[in-house]
Amino acid sequence: MISEPVLSLVNAILFVLLAPLAGGLIAGIDRKVTARMQGRVGPPILQPFYDVGKLFEKENMVVTVTQHFYVLSYLVFMVVAGALFFSGGDMLLVIFAFTLSHIFLVLGAYSSYSPYSHIGAERELIQIIAYEPMIIFTAVGMYMVTQSFNVSAIVNSGIPIILYLPGVFIGYLMVLTIKLRKSPFDLSTSHHAHQEIVKGVTTDFSGSNLGKIEIAHWYEYVFLLGVVYLFFGFNPVIAVAAIIVAYFLEILIDNTISRVKWQLTLRSAWLIAGTLGIVNLGVLYYLKGVIMP
Amino acid sequence: MTYLKKSPWVIHYDASSCNGCDIEVLAALTPVYDVERFGIINTGNPKHADIFLVTGSVNEQNREVVKNIYEQIPEPKVVVAIGICAASGGIFRECYNVLGGIDKVIPVDVFVPGCAARPESIIDGVVTALGILETKRLAMKEKGNETMEKPGSAV
Repeated sequence: MISEPVLSLVNAILFVLLAPLAGGLIAGIDRKVTARMQGRVGPPILQPFYDVGKLFEKENMVVTVTQHFYVLSYLVFMVVAGALFFSGGDMLLVIFAFTLSHIFLVLGAYSSYSPYSHIGAERELIQIIAYEPMIIFTAVGMYMVTQSFNVSAIVNSGIPIILYLPGVFIGYLMVLTIKLRKSPFDLSTSHHAHQEIVKGVTTDFSGSNLGKIEIAHWYEYVFLLGVVYLFFGFNPVIAVAAIIVAYFLEILIDNTISRVKWQLTLRSAWLIAGTLGIVNLGVLYYLKGVIMP
Repeated sequence: MTYLKKSPWVIHYDASSCNGCDIEVLAALTPVYDVERFGIINTGNPKHADIFLVTGSVNEQNREVVKNIYEQIPEPKVVVAIGICAASGGIFRECYNVLGGIDKVIPVDVFVPGCAARPESIIDGVVTALGILETKRLAMKEKGNETMEKPGSAV
């Protein structure tokens, strides 16, 4: 029997090594499915790896030297957030590291002088403001159900969390749409619309810096889908199926709904967090003795 | 290991074209031709691009723009001049404000003939450009990365 700290460490190391592979594959499948939905053949599944490999072969044009620091911090804190999560650490600490990494991305975009970059940074900030309450509600909801903020305790509780937090789960799916940079909420940068203002936040990054942003995004994919797993942690088979269904739903929404303005993004994100999230948590609070295990 | 050939991102600029060639360039991105099969993405940002597609002849107004875009593309990069106007100025060659083909302002690697150039020949031109891109990458690697790694040196 392996002791718990060792197991945590092994999980964290496995995440650091394998998450980019998984994330890149998910991105590749995403692009293929998206292409099929648009009636195209689409790129090879491994295309995201080719793209990032290419970016590291290119010249790294630097607008301001501080960019290096911000992009590296974005990547490092994203890895830290994911590693903490997969090692079974504290959910609140994970969210803190996750938010911090995005703040570094915003600062990186602000550090250049391009107005497009600045617009991207502002929109990224708006997105952070939009999804942050719902992410906190997710952690609080899981605490109310399992009496623990620790990911390992939540996963090992054996409680079907989804039955207690259906509202929070729907709210989290909305956050997922924002965080995976899917339409209708792909404001700060998008996987499509390469010629538009929505490339914003990545405008002034090129070469290996852009590659690092892509890799951080892969880590982010795995971490975000890991949170979906938590809702269904009582049964791994159902959990994996839920992840696949949730992701397919995101691609479908991405390809069928047009982009909205930032005002609507903020309003709808808070509306859903404020109604579904708070009502869900409120019901849990008042019915503590009745429905809780 | 080379990934450059598998993921060429293009930037498309209309110098002073009649839009005929531009429509054909964009046609290559439609589901019929779907150049994303080859990993080609039409970016709007020179800092993300590898291949510079220019249509139309250069005039006094946009020579600086063409130069500026070219300079913002990180090495290695190639330029593909699409259509007869981009090659020589075409029927606008005699105009008082037209300088001529794209090669009057920036070095061009591939000329794609036609008025308007067909999507098939544009894709063929880009594929030819990929070979040149690869030789440029190897040349850059041989020269060493001393100019590459220094932050700020490429500005």
